[in-house]
Order: sequence, then structure tokens, then C-alpha cells
Amino acid sequence: MLRFLLLFSRQGKLRLQKWFTPVTEREKKKVIREMTLMVLARPPRSCNFLHWRDLKIVYKRYASLYFCCGLEDQDNELLTLEVLHRYVELLDKYFGNVCELDIIFNFEKAYFILDEFLMGGEILETSKTAVGIAMEEAETLQEVTPPPPPPPLTHTHGHLSLTHLPKYVNMFSVLFTDNGGVYE
Amino acid sequence: MSPSVRLQEMIRVIRGARTQGEERGVIQRECAAIRAQFRQADNGTRSHNLAKLLYVHMLGYPAHFGQMECVRLIASPRYNEKRVGYLGAMMLLDEKQDASLLITNSIKNDLSHSSQYVQSLALCTLGCMGSAEMCRDLAPEIDRLLRASNSYIKKKAALCAVHIVRKVPELGELFTPASRSLLSEKNHGVLHGAVVLITELCERNPETLEQFRKAVPELVQIMKGLVMSGYSPEHNVAGISDPFLQVRILRLLRILGRNNETASDAVNDLLAQVATNTDSSKTAGSAVLYETVLTVMDIKSESGLRVMEYISMTSLQKIVQTDHNAVQRHRGTIVDCLKDQDASVKRRALELSLALVSAVNIRSLMKELLLFLSSCPPELRAHTTSGIFNAAERYAPSQRWHIDTILHVLTTAGGDVRDETVPNLIQLITTATELHCYTVHKLYRALIADISVQSLVQVACWCIGEYGDLLLRGECEETEPVQVAEDDVLDALETVLQSHMSSPATRGFALTATMKLSTRITHNVDRIRSIVSIYGSCIDVELQQRAVEYNALFKKYDHMRAAVLERMPVIDKSSPGHTNGESAGGSIKEMEPTKRTQEVVLPQEPANQVCDLLDLLGGSGEPPQPSPALSTTMLGPVSSTAGGDLLDLLGGLDVTPVPPSVIVYEKNGVTLKLQTDRQTDTGMTITLTATNSTDREITSLTLQAAVPKSVQLQMKAPSGDVIPAHGLGQVTQTVLLNNPNKVSLKMRVRVCYTSQDFVCQDTVQIDSFPSPAW
Repeated sequence: MLRFLLLFSRQGKLRLQKWFTPVTEREKKKVIREMTLMVLARPPRSCNFLHWRDLKIVYKRYASLYFCCGLEDQDNELLTLEVLHRYVELLDKYFGNVCELDIIFNFEKAYFILDEFLMGGEILETSKTAVGIAMEEAETLQEVTPPPPPPPLTHTHGHLSLTHLPKYVNMFSVLFTDNGGVYE
Repeated sequence: MSPSVRLQEMIRVIRGARTQGEERGVIQRECAAIRAQFRQADNGTRSHNLAKLLYVHMLGYPAHFGQMECVRLIASPRYNEKRVGYLGAMMLLDEKQDASLLITNSIKNDLSHSSQYVQSLALCTLGCMGSAEMCRDLAPEIDRLLRASNSYIKKKAALCAVHIVRKVPELGELFTPASRSLLSEKNHGVLHGAVVLITELCERNPETLEQFRKAVPELVQIMKGLVMSGYSPEHNVAGISDPFLQVRILRLLRILGRNNETASDAVNDLLAQVATNTDSSKTAGSAVLYETVLTVMDIKSESGLRVMEYISMTSLQKIVQTDHNAVQRHRGTIVDCLKDQDASVKRRALELSLALVSAVNIRSLMKELLLFLSSCPPELRAHTTSGIFNAAERYAPSQRWHIDTILHVLTTAGGDVRDETVPNLIQLITTATELHCYTVHKLYRALIADISVQSLVQVACWCIGEYGDLLLRGECEETEPVQVAEDDVLDALETVLQSHMSSPATRGFALTATMKLSTRITHNVDRIRSIVSIYGSCIDVELQQRAVEYNALFKKYDHMRAAVLERMPVIDKSSPGHTNGESAGGSIKEMEPTKRTQEVVLPQEPANQVCDLLDLLGGSGEPPQPSPALSTTMLGPVSSTAGGDLLDLLGGLDVTPVPPSVIVYEKNGVTLKLQTDRQTDTGMTITLTATNSTDREITSLTLQAAVPKSVQLQMKAPSGDVIPAHGLGQVTQTVLLNNPNKVSLKMRVRVCYTSQDFVCQDTVQIDSFPSPAW
């Protein structure tokens, strides 16, 4: 089974964390720190598999995000690469040309999609379409509470153009190149 | 406008903070506001506030005050509030918190909710963070859902059951009956969940394992269906139908087939089928193949053993290119296969072992390979010896080990080694200056034991000639001292000279060695003189010529003899004329031996750069080979097929005799020489050597090459990328060219380097290659 799944940016900022075993907050922080250090230190064309403590670590970079998960010994690393790839495909299908910003601003959706795909560290659904369908149907159940008055449009744009936001990078188009996105 | 716009607003504001301090301030304000909101009555914004809190939590700030809010939200009748509440529970609560107990009741209720999406929320949460008590409490519910619900819920219930079994193994018995019936489901998600559940149950309980053995035929059927089925867009990944399910089924079959004949037999056919039908060019296929191999290795079966091992080796060979590390783990089994009876299995095991050699495992793996060599079938010997030499050259942990290994190979299978072994070994020995004494002693001993293996005899003679004084001195640190008298040495050499087993070349070695000894020994110079004069009338022309020349050295040029026959300098690999160790004649370059770095990370030329080079050649016809999806840090050759209309520019290869080493590039103090090491009808090996005559060192040296279409190019790892200044060192890189169609061979080389902080890049075209050095 997977022990955890982490998404973090090239600067080491955490974008998503999913733990499939009970772990204390302190331990979580420690693992996150070690994972980011280890994975970000890897040269661009190196192997996607690492060893850490008693786990196998599988990671892959899609554009500006690193997807990293910890496996137990009897798990198939090559298959886990496919799992990561499938998750990115699902995100892409849902958000349409997904990029890091989508995951930042809609992190709860990213979690919901993940929960339709994996559970308890195992794959839940192997069909590409079923997850998307489930998400759509769940959305229809969301009661629409009256939204607060929308802020003026210029305000929104102004915020989006803050200089230190990462560039709008399309993650999916980088899906089919090998390690290391071409954009930066 | 989505209802969570406030959340996104907050995210923007937080990201807008310019410093850590500012961010902390913003977050403190937001948290205070959230806390206040939580205390208020329900105002429709609770889910947004919790979501905001979860974001803050992800940034690393404390969020425990949200735990109770999660509990409240989970109990809410509204779906969106439940959703966020459960998400919060999974993120903020774990089984160690007391608050988690409070949600047990909510989960219980939601498990029987009318909406499947609410049920699924409860299942998901239970399956992720359910504590042992919660599991015990809710297990019957899960069992019920396993049996009588739609596929959407069934698959979730199955994985929830997996979690329960992991937490409370005794509950496994509860789920066994239901899981058996799940195998007949068509839905892949449910099937997958069922297989995972059954795997978990079998791993924990041997009786359950027995029970499920009966399910093997059914599993085999399902697997066959997946492998042979047509294209299914829903489950297709790179041409493989549902690799996730395939891998899980294989894993289950592995467990069921272990130590059981009948089960294994049933599985064998299937494994062969999977192995042959699965395309491993993409990761998905490799994953399935890898799992197949693991399964093959685990299960035992009488009839299919040979075939299975053969197939598994073939599959591993495919995988080792893409994922080296995964295959390393099974080195032990592969090495065992080396001892197998079957020749094809042995061959495969040999190739795989050679592919797996690395700096880490070289010593142990080499032991196995040497053992294999002593008992291997004759048709594999040449391949084995060359493989061993390659591996030893790349990964030798020490020179002494290297020399020992080569000597071992020569004594075991000297008749099957390739011709260039002798000069290579000689060159290696000259570089190991501290080991001269040790080496000559060892070789002497080998020589007096057996003079039938020509390569060994040649090396031994050469060494005795060079280092005879060390041999006669008697003391040696590394081996036991043995007293060798001058007569003994001369006897040995004479035996070689006179033996009918010695080839003409060997006798040439022996004669020259005898001659060299004339300056290194004191008493028996006359004896040497007489030997040499005898061979002055030898039938063999080569020997006769040598003997006559040496005679002349004794008679007319005696004053020069000492100088001519003195110890040779360290031989550089690329220098010409070191075939027979002739100390006279030939221009031996006195250069430092190139340092070999052990594990140089080969910077694989990215595809676009190769394309540039191809463009230079006038347009590329075919795209270059894609580099494997998973690249490794192992030293691996990079092969690229070049396109191009180069043939227009060619007028035909002009083979004029040129000195062995050609300067192909000279600029900014950087000189690039090219030398042909070997040339055959269909290919050649060349070495590019770069030297630097400036005051400062040259860094980041890279060489790239392009060749005409149909010629294959392999660039070995360069010896380094820094050329020391003042010509004190050099960088070499070997290039292998394979020219099966025998087209005119041309090459373009692009040289990139940094010199005195300038980055320089030049391209040179090489139209003719020098003839090989020897």
C-alpha cells in the first residue's frame, strides 16, 4: 500500500498531502521536510525511485510540481509511476489543462478527486472515466448557498498578476515528455 | 460564481504577503476570524471557514481548534458541509485524537444514507483513518455493503474492509465469504478491490489461503481476458488493458501459487502468455512484466521451470534498460540461474548479470561470474570473458583486484579471450607501478605451471622481461617470498621458446624478454648471448630478424644496450607501437595515464540538442531514438541514429595513410585529436583526446557527434570534463561506430567548453579516419 502522497513545488512549498497511515503532526512535518530535500536534490535525469528508511519512494515531476509517494516493499514501483500519471490525468480532465495554480486555489477539489481514485493506500478505481463521472454527480448535490457579492473584476486581475506567482504552466502538456519539465 | 470565492480570496491575500512575518500576520487575523465564526450559530459559511482553515493547516500552521468544527460539519444534513467536514476529519483528526470517536456515530448513520455519495464519504473516511474500535464497531455494516449495493459502493466497501482487516486482523473471517463472490463482478473497480481484499486476507491467514486456492482458475480466466482482450478505452493505458488490475492479480497468483504444485501449474501458461504478449516499451507494460517476473521467480513448478526462467530473464532484460534498480534486487536469483543446467537459461542469466554489474556489486558478482566461467559451455566462453573484462575495466575497485581478475580469467579460459586482451593487460600492468613486483611474481608462477595458454604466456614473458630484476630480488610484500634464481628465469623463457605449443608471436615475446633480461641480471649474460645467437639462424623469419638485431646490439652497439633496454615508461593507451613491448622504435608518448572516474554521470544529450546537430547535417530523415522513459545514473551508452543528406557531400572515403593520431580541432589552446583504436569491415572504435595548452583549466567539456544515416553511434562516458592547464592532463572519450551498410564514414563533432569564463562551441567535420594504431 501507499503510505503517503505529497505534492510540492520546486521551491518546496507543499500543495497537497495525503497520509494513509496514522502519523503525528511532528512526524508528518519531518517526512515532508526530508522528502522535499531528497527529491529536490535529485539531478534532472536520474531514476524515479529512491530508498528511504524502509520505504521505496517514487517521484515524478510534472511542470512545476513534484508528485512523491512512499511505498511498502512489496509494491510495484513501476505501477506507482502509472498511478501518479493517472492522477495527473484525472486532474487535467477535471480542471481542463491543469496547472499548479488550479491545485493551489482548488485544493479541496484535488483532494476529492484523489479520494475517488485512491483509498487506504490502494487504487480504488481503475477506469479513467468513472472518477470524472462521480465528481460531476457529487457536484450536483452541492447545495448552492447564496454566494457573497463578487469582488470587482479589476481587483481579481490585479491579484493574479503578483510577481511571485509561478508562471501559468500547463502541466498536462508536459505529461508526455520524460523527467523534468521544459518550462520554467 | 463559486461559493468558495472567499476561500480563494484568502488564498490570494496570503500569497500576496511579501515576507514570512506578513504572512503570519495575515493568517493570524484570518484564524481569529474563523474562530469567531465557528463560535457563532450556523450562518451558511461554516464549510468555507473550515476550508480556509485546512489551507492554513497545509501551510504548516496549527489548526487544532477546527477539530470540533469538523465533527459538527460531519453531522450536518447538507452535503457540501459534510464533504468539507469529512475532508477536515481526514486532515486534522487521527485515531489518536479523542474527537475521532465522536464521528463514529455520524459515520454509522451516513453508511446507511440514501445517497451513495454520502455513503461514500463515510466509507472513505473510515477507510483512511478509522481506529481499531471504530472498525470493530462498523465492520458488520461494511460487510453488508459488500454484498448488497451498487458497484460504486461495493468497491469502496472492499477497500474499507482492507483497512479494517489491517487494523483488526481477526475480522478477516467476517469478510471472507463476501469477498469470494466479488470475484465474479464485471466492474473493474470492484474486481480490483476484491483482489486487494483477498490478497490481504490470504497473507494473514493460511487457512483462508487454502480456501482461495480454488479460485486460481477463475483468476487466471480474468487475467487472460485482460491480456487478450481488444481495446477498451476506459481502462487502456499505453496499449495495456487495465495494468493496475493485472498487476494485482499477478501478485495474488504469486501468493496462491507459492509452494503449491497444482496452483503453479495452472498459472504457468498464463505467465508465459502475459510475458510474450505484453509490450514493455512503456512503463505500464514494464510494470506488468516486472510483476510477472516476480511471480515466476516465486512459484515453483516441475514442467514449466526452464521455460519460465527463460521468459523471466528475457523480460528482465527488457526492464533493466528502463529500470535498473528494480532488477538489482533479484540479482541473487539471476546468479542462481547461472548455475542452471539449461544452456539458454545460462546465456540469458549471463547477459543479465553483465547488464547488472555496477560499482556496488562488482566484487560479489565477479566472483559468481568467474565461477561460472570455469564451468560454462564453450560457446559462451568468449562472450563471458569479454563481458568480464568490460565490467572489470569499468568498475574495478582497485588495480590489484583488476589484475587478479584478468589473470584468473586468463588461467581459466585464456584460449577464449580476444586478441586485444594482451596489450590491454600489459598497459594496465604498467600503470599499476606499486604492483609490478606482485604481478611479476604471480605471472612467473603461472608461467612455470603451464605454458599452453598463449595470452597468459605472452603477458608473463613481457613482464618478466620488464620487471625481471624485481623477480630476482625475491622479496615482495604482497605474496610469499620465493627465491628465484637467474637460471630458473632463463630456463622458463627458454622452455617457452623451444616449446611446440608456443605460437610465433609468443616466441617473439619470449626472445625479447630474454634480451631485456641481459641488462637486468648480472651473472648469466653469456647464456643470453648464446640463446640469441642460436636464434639468429632460426627458420621463423621474424624470430631470426630479432635475434640478428639483438646480436648486433651485443656486438657492435654494446654501449647502447643498457639505454635501449631500460625500463619502459608508463604506456598511454592511445599510443602506437606498444604491441610487443618493443623498447626500441615507435614513438611512445609519455603521458600520464588518464584517470578513470568510477561513476561518471553521463549527461545524456537531450533530444533537442541532438536534433540541432542533425540539422547541421542537412535535415534529418528519422527522429532520433527516444531516450527510455526512466533514465538511470548508470554509465550507459547513449545511442542516436542520425539522419541527414550527408551522402551528397561525400565523394567517397579517402583512405590515405596518415599517422595514427590526427588533430581534428585546434583553437584557443584546446586540441582535439582523434585516433582509431580498432577498425573492422563494419565499424570502428575511435578515441577522441582533448588537451589544453593554456594557463587555465578548461571546464565543462562536452563532445557531441553525428554520423550519416544508417551508421550507429555510441559514445562512451568521457573520462571527465575538465582539462588541466599546461598540457598536464587530458580528457578522452571513446566512440563506437557501427557501419553495417558500409557507407562512407564521416562524422561531425561539436565541441563545447568553457575557457577563461567564455563558453566556446565549435563544430568540426571529420572526413577521413586514421588507420588503427595496431
